[in-house]
Amino acid sequence: MLGIRKEFPGIVANDDITLQVEEGEIHAILGENGAGKSTLMSILFGLYHADRGIIRVRGREAHIRNPNDAYDLGIGMVHQHFQLVHNFTVAENIIMGKEGGFVYDIRKASRKIKEISERYGLSIEPDMVIEDITVGMQQRVEILKMLYRDADILIFDEPTAVLTPQEIDELMGIMRNLAAEGKSIILITHKLDEIKAVASKCTIIRRGRLIGTVDVASTSAEEMAAAMVGRPVSFRVDKKPSVPGSPVLEIEDLSVMSSRKVLGVKHFSLTIRSGEIIGLAGVDGNGQTELVEAITGLRRAESGTIRFRGKDITELSIAERNDMGLGHIPEDRQKRGLILSGSLASNMVIKAFTKEPFSSHGLLDYPEIRKYAEGIAEKFDVRSGEGIDSLAGKLSGGNQQKAIIGREITADPDLLIAVQPTRGLDVGAIEFIHRQLVDERDRGKAILLVSFELDEIFNLSDRIAVISGGELMDIVDTSDTDEHAVGLMMAGIRRGDAV
Amino acid sequence: MTKGNAVPRPLEARKASPLIVSLSAVFLGIAAGCIFILCIGKNPFTGFERILFGALSNTRRIGNTLGMSTQLILIGLSVAFAFRTGLFNIGASGQMLIGGITGSILAFYLPMAMPRILYIPLVTLSAMAAGALWGLISGFLKAKFNVHEVVSTIMLNWIAYWMVYDFIPRFIVDPTISVKSKPIEAVHTLRADWLTSLTGFSTLNYGFLFAIAMCFIISFILRKTTLGFNLKAVGANRFCAEYAGIKVERSIMVSMAIAGALAGLAGLTYYCGYSNIMEMGKMPNEGFDGIAVALLGNCSPAGIFFSAIFFGILKMGRGSLAATGIPTEIADTIIATIIYFTATNVILASFWNRIFRSSFAGKEECARAAIAAEGKDIPFESLTKAEFREYAKKGRALQKGKEAE
Repeated sequence: MLGIRKEFPGIVANDDITLQVEEGEIHAILGENGAGKSTLMSILFGLYHADRGIIRVRGREAHIRNPNDAYDLGIGMVHQHFQLVHNFTVAENIIMGKEGGFVYDIRKASRKIKEISERYGLSIEPDMVIEDITVGMQQRVEILKMLYRDADILIFDEPTAVLTPQEIDELMGIMRNLAAEGKSIILITHKLDEIKAVASKCTIIRRGRLIGTVDVASTSAEEMAAAMVGRPVSFRVDKKPSVPGSPVLEIEDLSVMSSRKVLGVKHFSLTIRSGEIIGLAGVDGNGQTELVEAITGLRRAESGTIRFRGKDITELSIAERNDMGLGHIPEDRQKRGLILSGSLASNMVIKAFTKEPFSSHGLLDYPEIRKYAEGIAEKFDVRSGEGIDSLAGKLSGGNQQKAIIGREITADPDLLIAVQPTRGLDVGAIEFIHRQLVDERDRGKAILLVSFELDEIFNLSDRIAVISGGELMDIVDTSDTDEHAVGLMMAGIRRGDAV
Repeated sequence: MTKGNAVPRPLEARKASPLIVSLSAVFLGIAAGCIFILCIGKNPFTGFERILFGALSNTRRIGNTLGMSTQLILIGLSVAFAFRTGLFNIGASGQMLIGGITGSILAFYLPMAMPRILYIPLVTLSAMAAGALWGLISGFLKAKFNVHEVVSTIMLNWIAYWMVYDFIPRFIVDPTISVKSKPIEAVHTLRADWLTSLTGFSTLNYGFLFAIAMCFIISFILRKTTLGFNLKAVGANRFCAEYAGIKVERSIMVSMAIAGALAGLAGLTYYCGYSNIMEMGKMPNEGFDGIAVALLGNCSPAGIFFSAIFFGILKMGRGSLAATGIPTEIADTIIATIIYFTATNVILASFWNRIFRSSFAGKEECARAAIAAEGKDIPFESLTKAEFREYAKKGRALQKGKEAE
């Protein structure tokens, strides 16, 4: 890809970007969110068209108008969100769109799938049904899908976001196998350790511009991070040892139904004390959502009790819990956290607009609301086009998140539940948010951090609770454990179990 | 510029406002009307002259037009209020019937000697309460059982329809014509002598004043009160509202009740003011016209007021078309076309945005030329709006000068 430029209204997403990937190479593309990585790959995969620049595949200039053209050129992509039909088998999913004629031969296809699977060590059986297999295996089905179509340029878009550490290791192994067989791999990521582990070259993009292509072996992670962000960054959050005080939240034998009418949380017990951060580690979809919703009151507890500062809150309404000092940074900031069509100012008082000084006798006091919102925007560095009058939906993801965190922290809660507080944010914003959480802890607040990123859990938590299949596996001091041990528990293997 | 970390924005082309979009829809609707009239070989100008004549040529006609607009304003507000809070009230017709029958029965049974100062508030509040109850049923079904309000309000329209069918002969039948209610005595209608004589015996009544008051009240509720904030939050994102501790179910019920109350009041002004009888087996069309009024008025109380008057003019004026040989359905066709264009407001907005952008690009070019001509090196982004306009003008003059040479 040479000199690629792509403009969207008001923004240059890619500005003269050149990317050269060689056969049998794992080439990483590193950049912050919104840097233009996905746009670049979408151009290669035929989803967008470049305004300028040319694409050459194996030396020949190519015009890729749609994904089918891309497949014909041997380009395949594993999307962040898998494109699989859940109640179809592996084989059916793989041949979809490639049935070839009116009557298709599933057995012949299955044989080919099995062959490919064995060749690259994917260990996938063609007649398994998608909904019965793990996320890691589903991802391998996506890989198989590309290989079945004879792709030899494989694009992986943030492939490790949904995997456990062990699954990540396996994926890395598969990628190395594929490269050894002569496939070229483009790995889109913002995780430096993955790049260090598998990639040989790394192209860094910042704000739509090409910063450079570096040799991974001879460049340190810090150098790459600095190139990505444009300034030196620190990975470690400086924090003093915690000084835990009295229990703030006590969960006892809690069970909660999931939306699928099965127990999402099973007999869960956990105590969080003031002045400590508890990290809840687990793979996405193992009961974290149900647990948090039960604590905040969004979901009914099936059995068990939740005590907040000694008082049973299991049956209290959401508003009552909020008023008692429970803060919540929700997992889905656009669905739960903000009213996107509302102004930043009104979003800042969404929990408090009925209270003094924001209203009295049912009438809103706009000057007070604006003053309060301006204070939050100032303190938490929320940037927007029109200040607090901007619509929340017009803010960037990082600024939306800073606004929510500002709102929750300014309300001065005793317990702050932060679910994926840095998802999709760039390194600068992550640093800022981590700092805020640690500061809150040092002010004597209790914090429950739910994250799918083990780095984040280890960086911030004083103690780590691991959840798997809705059950508490164990609670360990961060200093007494490592990523491997926690990773095993995330996969449902308890300490002491035979592996 | 507002405070709070506003990032200074470079100058950009203006955006199409809802007003300009609504006006273009009206313009296109009228243009379509002209084409239709031309197609049947008549002169569109006489057609529109007749409509305006029929609606506005004397005080009585103006009065009648405002009398007709009264219902449209209230129904428009009802639909818009529900809309702003995330609900689609398609049941204004039924709520109107319920408000109307409540008012009619009270008008029939309350003593004639009752002072007007007591009577008017009593029937008004009763009709609103009855409409509110009718709306509340839909709200309750939605909140508790997740029954979509479009389904429940349509069903409730028909329940109201048959209830009225039953109540007219049961309670208030006109002994001479058994399919209608007995005309309400003048002292028990919303008509007021001073309004009637001011407008040469038109249908204008207190309802119009109520409608104006409601525009202000609804605007106030939506903009200034915690109730409005609460309801709008639920309408905009019920998940976020729930997360914030707002009682979503209660909000849905309150919202539908207020919408119902407005439609109930519309029913009262229609059946006990604009007219003084109720007929069996008639679903009032105004319930649906109100949706158009709300859409054209961009769901804002002021917009609804003007769009209701506009629709009122079309509806009152069309009667005068007959003399010219132009079918009166032309007026309905224009309304329908306007609704169509209002519903496709995205297309209209993008049309205007494109025009604004290209005009802005032209001005930008002029401004750059002017800056260059003055030999200054001002970064374009740092210009204020006024400076930009100034330079654009200078640049235009320069261009003209060149062309003249």
